[in-house]
Order: sequence, then structure tokens, then C-alpha cells
Amino acid sequence: MLLIAPTGAGKTLAGFLPSLTELAARGRPKPGSAGQGLHTLYISPLKALAVDIERNLARPVDEMALPVRIETRTGDTPQSKRARQRLDPPDILLTTPEQVSLLIANGQAEGFFKNLRFVILDELHSLTASKRGHLLALALARLRALAPDLVTIGLSATVADPEELQRWLVAQRPGTTAEAGRITVEGGARPEISILETSERIPWSGHSARYAVPDIYEVIKRHRTTLLFVNTRSQAEMLFQELWRINDDSLPIALHHGSLDATQRRRVEAAMGRNELRAVVATSTLDLGIDWGDIDLVIHVGAPKGASRLAQRIGRANHRMDEPSRAILVPANRFEVMECQAAIDANYVGAQDTPSGGTGALDVLAQHVLGMAAAGPFSSDGLFAEVTSAEPYATLSRERFDKVVDFVATGGYALKSYDRYARIRKRDDGLWRISNPQVAQQYRLNIGTIVEAPMLNVRMASRRNGTVGRGGPVLGKVEEYFLETLAQGDTFLFSGKILRFEGIRENECLVSRAWDQDPKVPAYAGGKFPLSTYLAEGVRGMLADPARWGALPDQVSDWLRLQRDASLLPGHGELLIETFPRGSRHYLVAYPFEGRLAHQTLGMLLTRRLERAGARPLGFVATDYSLAVWGLEDLGAMIGSGRLALADLFDEDMLGDDLDAWLAESWLLKRTFRNCAVISGLIERRHPGKEKSGRQVTVSADLIYDVLRSHEPDHILLQATAADAASGLLDIQRLGAMLARIKGHLVHRRLDRISPLAVPIMLEIGREPVSGQAHDDILAEAADDLVAEAMGQA
Amino acid sequence: MAALAAHADAGPAMAEFSVHGTAVTCDPNGILMLPDSGVMVVSDLHLEKGAAFARRGLMLPPYDTAATLARLAVAIARHDPKTVISLGDSFHDRNGSIHMPDIYRAGLRELQRGRDWIWVEGNHDPDAPAGLDGSWCSEVHIETLCLRHEPSARAAAGEIAGHLHPVARVVRRGKAVRRACFASDGTRLLMPAFGSTTGGLELRHPAMRHLFDRSKLIAHLLGRERIYSVAFGRMIG
Repeated sequence: MLLIAPTGAGKTLAGFLPSLTELAARGRPKPGSAGQGLHTLYISPLKALAVDIERNLARPVDEMALPVRIETRTGDTPQSKRARQRLDPPDILLTTPEQVSLLIANGQAEGFFKNLRFVILDELHSLTASKRGHLLALALARLRALAPDLVTIGLSATVADPEELQRWLVAQRPGTTAEAGRITVEGGARPEISILETSERIPWSGHSARYAVPDIYEVIKRHRTTLLFVNTRSQAEMLFQELWRINDDSLPIALHHGSLDATQRRRVEAAMGRNELRAVVATSTLDLGIDWGDIDLVIHVGAPKGASRLAQRIGRANHRMDEPSRAILVPANRFEVMECQAAIDANYVGAQDTPSGGTGALDVLAQHVLGMAAAGPFSSDGLFAEVTSAEPYATLSRERFDKVVDFVATGGYALKSYDRYARIRKRDDGLWRISNPQVAQQYRLNIGTIVEAPMLNVRMASRRNGTVGRGGPVLGKVEEYFLETLAQGDTFLFSGKILRFEGIRENECLVSRAWDQDPKVPAYAGGKFPLSTYLAEGVRGMLADPARWGALPDQVSDWLRLQRDASLLPGHGELLIETFPRGSRHYLVAYPFEGRLAHQTLGMLLTRRLERAGARPLGFVATDYSLAVWGLEDLGAMIGSGRLALADLFDEDMLGDDLDAWLAESWLLKRTFRNCAVISGLIERRHPGKEKSGRQVTVSADLIYDVLRSHEPDHILLQATAADAASGLLDIQRLGAMLARIKGHLVHRRLDRISPLAVPIMLEIGREPVSGQAHDDILAEAADDLVAEAMGQA
Repeated sequence: MAALAAHADAGPAMAEFSVHGTAVTCDPNGILMLPDSGVMVVSDLHLEKGAAFARRGLMLPPYDTAATLARLAVAIARHDPKTVISLGDSFHDRNGSIHMPDIYRAGLRELQRGRDWIWVEGNHDPDAPAGLDGSWCSEVHIETLCLRHEPSARAAAGEIAGHLHPVARVVRRGKAVRRACFASDGTRLLMPAFGSTTGGLELRHPAMRHLFDRSKLIAHLLGRERIYSVAFGRMIG
């Protein structure tokens, strides 16, 4: 059964009702009799949510004196309690998806789950669209096998495709589609959303929204508690810093994001609960359904990127159904103004753009297969039937399944030199078993689908007589990737402070306090999420329809009029391409509005094609809205004379060989591969405290990737990586849909100078960090320096 | 100035200098030649690394040994050394040489034919390799040099060592390039790892701090076709 209801409708308690009714009827076990086993399993995406529910559920249960024992089990539950729970399970267990996978991989899972009656899945919409959801779907398939009478109850916010969730909740059989029932609770007062009114000039580009900070501060002063959402950690840091710079009233304003030290986060959450704060600047760590005190306003700084994402964040402001939530959107630049307006329009009509769950990932399946072997012997036929009953894996072919099993056993290589080291083996009875108990232990250490980027502690250094020592407090964690771009002395924003990078000592990043006004290194400014297709469509529609410009601030509508006069505004369904010279270069700017990731991929592929066409491209830059490529040849003249055919340049066939050739070298793909390698159990997860020491015994995922590509390009893990990249970092799916859409609808304007619409992206040039591609010419330059030094010229 | 730039572009493929008075040549494939004695030195082959991981339940690709041996064969064919010294960690673990598939063993024995071969003891391979030719020792002295696997903690004139897998990170115009390198201050030298799936440790790591006179330290980075020599103080420009 799927229950869809707005925030504040009380859907969690409703989800427990069938279970509590049955437990009340069952009554207390007779003294001395054996326990009746686990009755209800509640699964939530967040540890904190499980703990929260325990509190909320305990009260009514106590008041009605129901004979029900409720316990939680999360990563924080002590080992002794977990062991006790296995022997003597409570009636209701509140837990997370990872814990469920651990429980079903246990040898005693059969007995533990045999009387299970209900599985309640909270915030289901946030679980299904990820690898975590794939793993949970597989676990659910196993639970159904252990307890055939099982009833699943999904609780969800409003989603774009409820049928997908309905299928997800029940077992699928080949050739048919089964769906759970659905109850939709309408209503809730419609939120009041507006765009921040400002007399300031809205910037052309950038993501900081610095211009709006004084206005934001005034709004905070007029409300009780304001929650400020931003898209990235660096935006959170910047906004917090800027607010405190003008906080003349010393309002209690706090910062909350996932990279901060846990104790600091708990302190902020506790202060929120006591209503002691006037404002909290937060990233998505506070996204899901926990009550945090009495928030009367949500401010979203930066564009929301998705209509449903915005709705869920706004839902946070008010947990009472009958009162409207209040929200203010703060666009950081002019394109974002249009995006915010599109999101408001979407909210008005209740449109949803939650992502689809997608096809089950093969690396996740590999992890699950090993877990099932740890639980007990399995037959290929039996496990295949079970796996394909899970919605994300319903279309999995037997051939691929067998390949995954082979991968789990010996790595799945064409060269069969590891047979004697196999992790699982098929015995004469046709059943697969683990080779030794260590395999099960290894599985338990590797469980889960969330692969953290390698992180380092950020520690304040002590300075004595000019030397830097350790000894200061830890401020939080930062990605190793980010640190690789820093040189000693560079300053950056973290934990609300401007810090000076001092160096890396024993896997810690040492910093000191800097007093610069502006950090030297701009933290990465792009959003984590690309613009949703729905909002993109909204923005394109707005551009094409001057009648709708009235809703936009004058600055923005004036800008669009200027563009109409100086160049062109593309009609609905058209792709505008402008060419113009600037300085000694020639530019081509396209406006697909398909999100930064798809544009980046498009930029890579266009550059290759322009290179072949003799246009001598030099580089490109991509934003959520547009894409600029520049080169030495006059691109406008080439297109005008027919030397360069736009239709060919933007042809869908770029997703063939050009894409393959580029992928071979892409560092984006290497990062994707690393995640797949960890999830599938090919390489070990990094555990805190087990970091590499001076001796190099770890193996780098990049090296494995190169080896696999050259020796086994069809390897199952490379297939998993390609599938991830298609919907993830490279967004090839979306690019493909765009290329099909614009076919025959390209409009070219050859201009003698930059157009108004091109200004934002032109300002991005030079701001984006260049990708991690290593070039020998950088080394050559360094060697040249040395030569110059040797000749006494440096 | 243009002539100078052109000269730097063309650049010599190899780096030639001396360590403690003995002439050495560094090849961009990560091989050290001692031209006066016809000795070729490679370090940290880590053969059968994939298999070593597979024995622990991590099924890394089984192609590393073949790749490393193929590169070694090319290097030997090019330099035709009288003597080859493998400077420790030749095998990734104790069982490496015992369980090595026959085809690799035969290939390696072929490379050994007609020349002296010295296996130097490493921390990964504390025993002589099984079923292969060559002598076994903990260190080798040639001319003014002493070759051993692990570098001594303090200044050691004439020492050639491996073990640490040095890499250098060069930053120019905000872009960073990280490559394996030879590292030498003219007194001693650290070899890059030759194995095809070996990681690296940056020259700035504390483990390297007391090995070199940093004012004279030069990293000879392995480029695609040539060695790039960059002074330690100029890594971040």
C-alpha cells in the first residue's frame, strides 16, 4: 500500500496503524513462552528519523498501554544490544536500509524474519531514486521470500510517477506488472512563495547572491525563525559569513552542513529544537522530515533546481497542514530569476519533477549477491527469480545476472587465473556458498551504497616561532579533491571562517586563521543538482512568451527585450546558437537549458568535432542554462559559408564514437568507476583510522580502471560505470533527448558582438577550474622555468 | 629566448647526472642505467599484486604482471644491460613467486637469459623468489653507490633506494600534474616504482623529509616521452 500525503498530515503514524491494531489483538505473550518474533520493520533513510519516530510512537503506545515493544537499530546501536536483538527481537524495529541488508545477510535471518507481517518504508520518494534504493529493493525481495505474507506500506511525499513506487512495493513477475494500492491525501494549504524583492542590481552570473544579503538580513529580523537553504556547502559558508558581517543586532544565526564536526551539528540542532536561533543556514542535511522547532520562514538562496525539491524544502517551514508555509526565493543571477519563477509556477499547479528510480545498478547487485551467499547457500535459478521480483531489476537478463555472480566469485575476468581464490564457489549440489567465513566479514565491512569522497580533517594549527604545529581543534572535514588544488598560503572559506592552508600532515589538513577580506580560492560554485527537465522547459517557455515577462522583475524583462532587439529569442522548441567575435577569439554560444552536466558533456563533444572541422577550438564553459565554445577560426563565417554545418555539428551521432573516445580519458568516469568498485566490493572501503601510511600497499581505483579499459572493455564493472555516467556525472541520457528534440530546430544568429543573453556565460569564462586532465605541457613549462633559472634569467 | 624555449621543447628524453660521483641516466620508463658498468636498475615491480589481493578476497584485474613484464621486456631490449638489478619488492608478497602462473615465469626466465640478474630483498619479498634465476642479496655496491630497497633514515651518500614510490606534484597556472619521479639531491637517489599498478607517495610527505637536502633536490618526472626535471622549490609555480 502506498500512502501519499503532504508534510504534516501525520502519515507516519497512519502507516503504523495496521501494525499496532494487529499487535494489540495479538496481546502479550504468555510468560515463559518463546517470543513471537519481529512483527513490524520500519525503515527510514535517516538514523535521526528512526530515533525521532521511536519517541513519537512511544507516547501513544504507552498511553493506550499496548503490549508492544519498540526498539531502534542503527549504526550507533551498541554491539551488545544488536546481538540481543537478534536473539530476542522487539515487536517493532525501527532501522535504516543498511541495517536491513546486514540482518538479511546473517545466517539466522530465516528465523528472525519468519513472522514478519509489516514493512513500513518512510520517505520512500527519497529512497528509490538512488543506489541505496536499489539495495533496499533487493533486501525487500529477500524479506518477501522469508515471510511470504508480508505487507509493505510505503509513505511518500507527492511524486511525479506514483505508479513506479506502487510497483516498487510489491513483487514483480515476468511479463506482468503488479502494483500496490494507493491512497492519496490531497491538500495542505498551498505555500506562499515569492521572489525576494530588491532594489539592488541582480548580477549577470555567479552563485553567491551576495547582493541580496542586506535584504535577507532585514527579512530574518522580521521573522521568528528562518531556515535558509542553499545548494552547496560553499554557498552555505559564504552566506553565513556575509550575514555575520552585517549582523549588528547579534542575532543568533547558525550554520549547519554535513562537513561540519558532528558535535557542532548536534549543538545547532538542539538549539533549533529549543527555539533559541533566529536563523540557520543549511544544506540538504536538514532536508527530510524531522521537526526542528518553530520555523516560520524558509528562504531558498540560489535557484531550487527542481520543483519537487523546492516543495519538500518549503514543507519544512510549517508542519501544520492547514496553515500555508511561507517561502522566499533568492535568485543569484538573472537566469536564476527565470528559474525561480518557473518553480513558483510549477508549485502553483502542483507539478512534480522527482527523478525516476532507474534501472537497478549492477555494482549494487554484486554487493547483494555476496550478502546472500553469506546468509546461506543459494541456487542461481532461485536467486535470479528473487532478484528480478524487485522492481529496479525486473528487466535484468539472466546473462547479466550470471556475469555478476561470476564477478562476485572471481572478479569476472576473461583470464581465469583466480579460480583457486574464489570468494564464492558452486558445489556439486549446484548451490553457491562462501569459501570461508572471512568473506562474510568482508561483506559486512563493505555494506552500503554511499561512498564518501576521500575526506581529510581540517585542523587549526598552532604557530610557535614561525613553525606550524598541530594541536588546535578539528573544524570538520573537506574533500581531498579540493585540497589537491591548494598551495600553502592559499585562503578559503570553511566553518564560517577564512582559513589559510598550511599543509597536510599525517592525513590532516592544517590551517590557520586568515584575516583577508576575501578568500583567494573560490570554492566550487556550481550546484550539485542540475536543473530539472521540468524547470528547464518552464524557462524555455518563458523566454518564448513575452506575455509572461510581466511576472519578472523589470531588470530581467528589460534584459530579455534587449536580447530580442539585438539578436533573437528562440521560439518554443528552438535551439538558439549565436556566434560572434570578441578580442582575438571567436565564440559560439548555445542555449539548451539542459543543466550543467549535460552541457559539459556536449561541450566536450562539440570541441572534438570543431577540432576536426578545422575551427581550432580552444576551450568551452558550461552553466545550467547555456554553453560557450571559443576558438581561433571565425565560427560564424564558417557556418555562413557552409564550411561548417550546424545540423552535422549537433547531430545525435556524436553520442557514438566521439563519446567513446572522450570517455576513455575522462576523469569524471574514473570517479564514477571508483564508486562502483567500492560498492561492488572490488576494492575496500576506506575506514576511518585505517588510512594508508607511508608504505604504499593500497591500490588506486584509477589504475584499475586503466587496466580494465585496456584489457576488458566489456567488463561488468565498466558496464556499471557507463550506466552510472549516462544518468549521473555525464547526463548522456538527457543530452541524447535534447539532441533529438532540437533536430531541425536550430536557429543561428551571426552577430558582430556579444549578445545580452550571452553575457552571463561569458562572465563564467576563466572562473571555472580546469578539469583534472594532466598535461605534459604543464611539465614542459615547469622544466622551462628551471632552464631559465639555470641561465640566470629567473 | 626563443632558441632557449625551442631547446627546452626538444629536451633530452633522458636525464643524465651523477649521484655521489657516479654517472646515472634516468629513462622516462622509470629505469635507471649506470652507463659505466652496464647495469640497469628497476625498483618495486610488485609482480603478482593482483593475485596477492585476490588471495585476500579482493579480485583486482589479473593483468598487472603481464603488463609489468611487457614493459620490462621493452626496456631490456632497448638497453641490453649486462646486469639487471631488481631493487626489492619485486613480488607483492611472499606467495607471489610461488604461485606465479607458468607463462609469466617462462617470460621472466627468458628476460634473465644471458645476463646477470640480482634480486635485492624488499619488505614485501623477504625471501629469494622461487623457481627463478638470479642471485639474492640485501644490498649491492657498485662504483661509489650502495643499492638497497629501503632508504636509510638519515643522509646516506651514494645510496640508491626504492620502497617509497616517489611522485611529484607540479602546479602551474592553477593546474596540477602528479607523476612518478626519480628524486635526487646529487648525493642519493630514490627510484620510482616500476610495477604497473603501484600507487605513489608525494615528495612532500613527512616520510621523505629527512632524506634529502631540499635545496638541491630535483624531481625527474616521468613524462610520456621524456623526463621533466623540476627543482623541489619550484614545484608550485
